[in-house]
Amino acid sequence: MIRVTLPVLITSVVGFLLVIAFFFRGFDRVNSDLSEYFNIIAAVAFILGGGNLLRMHLDKVQRRRPGWPYSIVTVIAFLFTLIAGLFKVGNSQGWTGPVEAQGSWFNFAYDAMFNPLQATMFSLLAFFVASASYRAFRARNVEATLLLVAALIILLGRTFVGGVLTSWLPQPLQFLSIPNLSNWIMSTVNLAGARAIIIGIGLGVISTSLKIILGIERSYLGGRES
Amino acid sequence: MRQTWKNPRSLFALVIFVLLLVLAPRALHQFDRRHANLFVVLLIVGGAILFYTFRAQRGVKYFIRKIPGIAAIEEAVGRATEMGRPVLYVAGTQDLDNVQTVAGITILSSVAKRIADYDAHLEMPTSRSLVMTTARETVKESYLSAGRPDAYNEEHIYYVTDEQFGFVAYVNGYMVRQRPATCIYMGAFFAESLIFAETGHSIGAVQIAGTAMPQQLPFFVAACDYTLIGEELFATSAYLSQDPKLIGSLRGQDFGKAFAMFFILLGSILTTLAFLSKSDALAQVSQWVQGLFTIKSS
Repeated sequence: MIRVTLPVLITSVVGFLLVIAFFFRGFDRVNSDLSEYFNIIAAVAFILGGGNLLRMHLDKVQRRRPGWPYSIVTVIAFLFTLIAGLFKVGNSQGWTGPVEAQGSWFNFAYDAMFNPLQATMFSLLAFFVASASYRAFRARNVEATLLLVAALIILLGRTFVGGVLTSWLPQPLQFLSIPNLSNWIMSTVNLAGARAIIIGIGLGVISTSLKIILGIERSYLGGRES
Repeated sequence: MRQTWKNPRSLFALVIFVLLLVLAPRALHQFDRRHANLFVVLLIVGGAILFYTFRAQRGVKYFIRKIPGIAAIEEAVGRATEMGRPVLYVAGTQDLDNVQTVAGITILSSVAKRIADYDAHLEMPTSRSLVMTTARETVKESYLSAGRPDAYNEEHIYYVTDEQFGFVAYVNGYMVRQRPATCIYMGAFFAESLIFAETGHSIGAVQIAGTAMPQQLPFFVAACDYTLIGEELFATSAYLSQDPKLIGSLRGQDFGKAFAMFFILLGSILTTLAFLSKSDALAQVSQWVQGLFTIKSS
């Protein structure tokens, strides 16, 4: 019973406290303090996560499971970053300096390895946007055709080409220029649809939060009843 | 009536109510009047959600429309079982302080029950340690309630990295190597949404996504088979569990929507009339209505 009641009770108290802190004066620090507590808990939980990561990959290496050489790379990278960060290896300002000080091993790992790898993954997005757009914008029916036309106007309207293509329009018809049409689609049609979704999301968040705070929704505890 | 007060939750509500009555006069001068409008809106919408939840608890039945994305989960799990391939579940890339992650975990509870029933293989990499521990508990309980505690293996729910694109690299690599038959993405996603969805599409997986991140919805809609848009993510738990209390809360959300629609319509009419008639009085009323829903900065 305590495994269900206690988490629900803690959730309820913290939830109510945050609601009160928003509407009443004198609770200014509650929000930031609770965020700090969450960060502390998350940092402690990282030991669990990091431990699990090491255990999983060492086990993979030991049992020579498929892809085990990659696990060696993961373990070495993990330990290197951990040691370089914890002991501030190569830090010109010593133990008291920031972990990301120039010349430190941690900074080197971040700038020379992590950042380029991250940028590589991010740059894949450009190709994925192209392939997804190709599928989404095929004019198979009226709705898809409308989407295609709207997307074309916005794509052109956000570049100098859109302005050049419709620069010949006389002043009274300038509202039909591609940049203006693009702005109109974004600020009127798109915004109306987005706001409808955002209102739904807001209500969903309120409802879910209330259900969790009051202990009605307990699926995240595995659906156990007290 | 007597039955109601035997319920511990009702007693809890009564205690809260009495406390509020006692403390309200003292707290009144501490109340931040800049947020008074939001407080009233919260009372109305929250009250409606609670009202319908408790009504449903008392046995009133509410209709819930079919949501194709959720209905497809069962079919997708069945497909993975037939193909002998895993079901990949990603509960977003945010921590448990994000309500979308909590929604993702609640959906996982129902999905894991189906996976246990079908004896399929669930694979769940997480980008946060807390999500990993919570997901493990949730899935363990789901397998237990499905009568398959022996099939639960905590090693299939594991932490990868907090770093967004490091996590993306792992999940993409997993998809390409293991070729899961079904990929379910439920939670908060950022730029990784399209990378996941396109990789999943390239391996021919059935993909079901749900997020309340408006900017990521078009990517999921373009690349996934089914997408739960915004509020549907929060309704999934109710739909899958068919718990009357949770379904009742959806009716409360509908009341909130009707409330919002009424004021949007009223505001639009007032603003249009004020513009056409050039009436100062109408313009003031229109502004007052807008002010009801404006968050005043601290």
